Amino acid sequence: MTPSELRQTFLDALVHVAPDAEPDALDPDAPLRDQMDLDSMDLLNLVIRLNEVLGVEVPERDYPRLDSVSHAVAYLEGALSARG
Amino acid sequence: MSLSEFCMPSLGADMDEGKLVEWRVGPGDAVKRGDLVAVVETSKAGVEIEVWEDGVVAELVAAPGDTVPVGGVLALLETETPAHPPGVPLPSAAPRPSAPGAEAPPADPAPSEETIKASPRARRRAEELGIDLASVNPTGPQRSVSFEDVERAAAQHPPGVPTAPAAESRPASRPQTLRQTIAAAMARSKREIPHYYLSLEADLTRPLAWLAEENARRAVAERLLPACLLLKAVALAAAEAPDMNGHFREGAFERAAAVHLGVAVSLRGGGLVAPALQKAEERTLGELMLGLRDLVNRTRQGRLRGAELTSPTITVTNLGEAGVDRVYGVIHPPQVAIVGCGRIREVARVVEGQVVAAPAVELTLAADHRVSDGLGGAKFLQRVATLLQHPEAL
Repeated sequence: MTPSELRQTFLDALVHVAPDAEPDALDPDAPLRDQMDLDSMDLLNLVIRLNEVLGVEVPERDYPRLDSVSHAVAYLEGALSARG
Repeated sequence: MSLSEFCMPSLGADMDEGKLVEWRVGPGDAVKRGDLVAVVETSKAGVEIEVWEDGVVAELVAAPGDTVPVGGVLALLETETPAHPPGVPLPSAAPRPSAPGAEAPPADPAPSEETIKASPRARRRAEELGIDLASVNPTGPQRSVSFEDVERAAAQHPPGVPTAPAAESRPASRPQTLRQTIAAAMARSKREIPHYYLSLEADLTRPLAWLAEENARRAVAERLLPACLLLKAVALAAAEAPDMNGHFREGAFERAAAVHLGVAVSLRGGGLVAPALQKAEERTLGELMLGLRDLVNRTRQGRLRGAELTSPTITVTNLGEAGVDRVYGVIHPPQVAIVGCGRIREVARVVEGQVVAAPAVELTLAADHRVSDGLGGAKFLQRVATLLQHPEAL
C-alpha cells in the first residue's frame, strides 16, 4: 500500500466514525481532536475500523501516535511493514 | 382476519407528533410483534418503531415525509384477532358519540386545518386536489377525514374550481425543535424539582491500572472505555439505592425494578439525547461497552428504539472529554437523579503521609429532594466510588 493509499484509507476510516468530517479540510499536521471534536468513543471506533480494514491492532498505549493525520499514516506504515 | 391500525406511538410525554422517515416494510409483508418496521423522527431523535401485533401489512397509510400526530394511523395490518378498531369507515349504524349530525357538512365557522383529523394520505390527496379538508365530510374513525372521503369530495367538486389549498406550515429544523424539547424538559426540571448537589473525588489508580491490563488482553473491538466502569458502578449502586432509580409521577416516587441507565449523548449537530442502556446492572462490562458503542452510534444516526427514549430510570452525563472538572447536572423528569462525571486527571493525593500523583475523577450527584435527602445521596455516591475500586467485580 503506497503512503497516499494509506492516507486515503485512514481518512476513509475517519469519515466512517465521524460521517460529518471533512477530510479535505484537515490540516495533516494539526491535532485531530482539535479539528474534529473526537471523543474517546470516536477514537476507539477509529481503532476498531483500522483493525477491520488494515488488520492492524493498535494497542492502547499507542493511541497518542494517531493524534494527527501525518502521525497516524506514519505509524500505520510502520505497523504494516513490521508485520511484513 | 381483521384489520388493525398501526399508530404513531408516544415516545415520551413531550411528544405530540412524529415525522415518518422510512418504511422498512411494504404491503403484503408479514410482520411479527417486536419487528422494527419504520423510522420516525421526533423532536429529540430518529427512532425505529416496532409493531405490537403479528399480522400482514395491508396498507401503508402514511408516506415518508408525513408528519403524523401521536395516535394517528401509520398503516393497516391484517391480524388474526381484532385488537383495535379497524381503520376503515365504521358501518353507518355504529354510534359516533362526538359527531352529531355526522352526515351534514361541518357547521360554520369551519374548523381550522390544525384541528381537522385526517389521515396523512388523505391530507396529501386533499392537497394534490386542492380540496379544503374543512369542506370534506369525515367518515373515518373518530370523525377523521379518510382518503376515500377526499376522493368523494373531489368527485363532488366541479373540476377546475379548487378550493383554497391547504396551508402547509413549514416544520422547524431538527436542531431547533430539539432545543425546544430540551428547554421544555429542563425548565420543568428547574421549576418542579428541588435539586441538591453532592460531589466526590474518586481515585482511579486501581480501576485504570486494571483497565489497561484488561484492554491489552482484549481484541480491539472488545476494548473497554473508562466510562464503561463508571456506568456499571452507577448501575449497581442505583439498583441497591432505595430512592435514586425510578420515576416521580403524580406526587409519588415509583422505584424501578431494573436500572435503565440513561447516557447523555451529544449530537454532532448540537444538542443532546439521553437514551437508556436497558437493564445495565445485569450486563457484563463487555456487554455494556458493546451496548454503549451501539447506542451512541445509533443515537447519532437517528436509529434509536422507542423504549430507549422513554425508559431511563437514572442518567449519567460524562463531560470529562469536554475538559471540565465536574458537572452540576439537571435532572431529567420524571427521573430523580443524575450522576455527572468530570475529566480524568492527575491529582496530588496523600497516601500514608506522602504526596503522590494519582489519576482521579470528580463524580457529582444531582438528586431530587422530594424523594431523597443528602444522606441517602451521599451513601449512593460513596457506593459508586467503592464499586469503582473493584473493577474486576464490575
